[in-house]
Amino acid sequence: MKTLGAIAVIITGALLLYASEDFPSWGDPHSPANQYRVSSHYVQNSFGETSVPNMVTAILADYRGYDTLFETVVIFTAGIAIIAILRGPIDKRVRLRLASERKMRETNLILAQTSRILVPVIQLFALYVIAHGHHSPGGGFQGGVIFGASLILLALSFQLQTALDRVSEKKAVTLAAIGILIYAGIGFVCLLAGGNFLDYSALQVLMPVGAIEARSHGILGVEIGVAFTVAAIMFAIYANLSSHGRMKGGL
Amino acid sequence: MTVTEFIVSRLNYWIYIILMMIGLFAMISKKNLIKKLIGMSIFQTAIILFYVSLGVKEGSNIPILEHSVSHAAEHGEIIRAEDYANPLPHVLMLTAIVVGVATLGVGLAIVQKIHKEFGTIEEPEILAKIESGDG
Repeated sequence: MKTLGAIAVIITGALLLYASEDFPSWGDPHSPANQYRVSSHYVQNSFGETSVPNMVTAILADYRGYDTLFETVVIFTAGIAIIAILRGPIDKRVRLRLASERKMRETNLILAQTSRILVPVIQLFALYVIAHGHHSPGGGFQGGVIFGASLILLALSFQLQTALDRVSEKKAVTLAAIGILIYAGIGFVCLLAGGNFLDYSALQVLMPVGAIEARSHGILGVEIGVAFTVAAIMFAIYANLSSHGRMKGGL
Repeated sequence: MTVTEFIVSRLNYWIYIILMMIGLFAMISKKNLIKKLIGMSIFQTAIILFYVSLGVKEGSNIPILEHSVSHAAEHGEIIRAEDYANPLPHVLMLTAIVVGVATLGVGLAIVQKIHKEFGTIEEPEILAKIESGDG
């Protein structure tokens, strides 16, 4: 198996290395990927069409809004799948072992006090990354992951139960569902306002702004939805994997 | 063009391809399921690097407009596509990274379940246990 695998890998690798001759050279502004008019259109017009200086955010939440909506659904589904896979009856032997482990585990004083100071700062930074995604690198995915990481730090430095007291698994799944609801809901409001699904310029009838600023606000709204889902699912994944789906003990 | 020149001019692609092959080899030949997942992650990282490198333009800026530029754009100044890195690969990889984490989580959950069922995560031992009808 090992030799067979090595042969297959070497042949594939050699073919790819040979094919690299035809790839564009590093940083070539005239390569097909950079010349194609979709990319140029985004660079030249995304600010004029959405009033968002960060082109990545504009493309993510507006031009490719459908893609991002279902990307968020994929993350939600992954979280649900992990819960469904790991949840099950608890083995008696495992439960006894867990009980003895829990007694042995103590919270480290320095670790606990440091993370007590760090967690609020990390969460504040996460909110900044979400809200400032229009003007600097950031947005729902990045901010959501940072927020989820702060909860994971809480679970690591104290006990898993400490983090679960604040965000229980049920709450996490509900928050994740609310995130998708916000995203799809904004799309639906656009429909009601007379536009297409996720066509944020239709939101101008609800806001005292023009069609282009309405797009900017719509993007912020869906980014918040994405952040809810990503943060909640990241924590739910950690809580399930670290406790073998039992929500007790943890690392 | 000598071989060395060819390698140097395509060095970035060579690095991605080598990383990708390391990941592929781990997925094919490693018996440990966790090592297979690590291989999958390496493979994924190579593809992400490849995509992001496609968006690089020599002497370009990150695809975020500065405030002075956006104000000038409001007054009709044209933004040149060559001045900014291609934002499209960045967007595609942004979602790919997060979805990659989520799918890796599902993979780890399945490995945990397998470990609970069979008491091992070595592939040959699992197959032997399945064949003997144990577990």
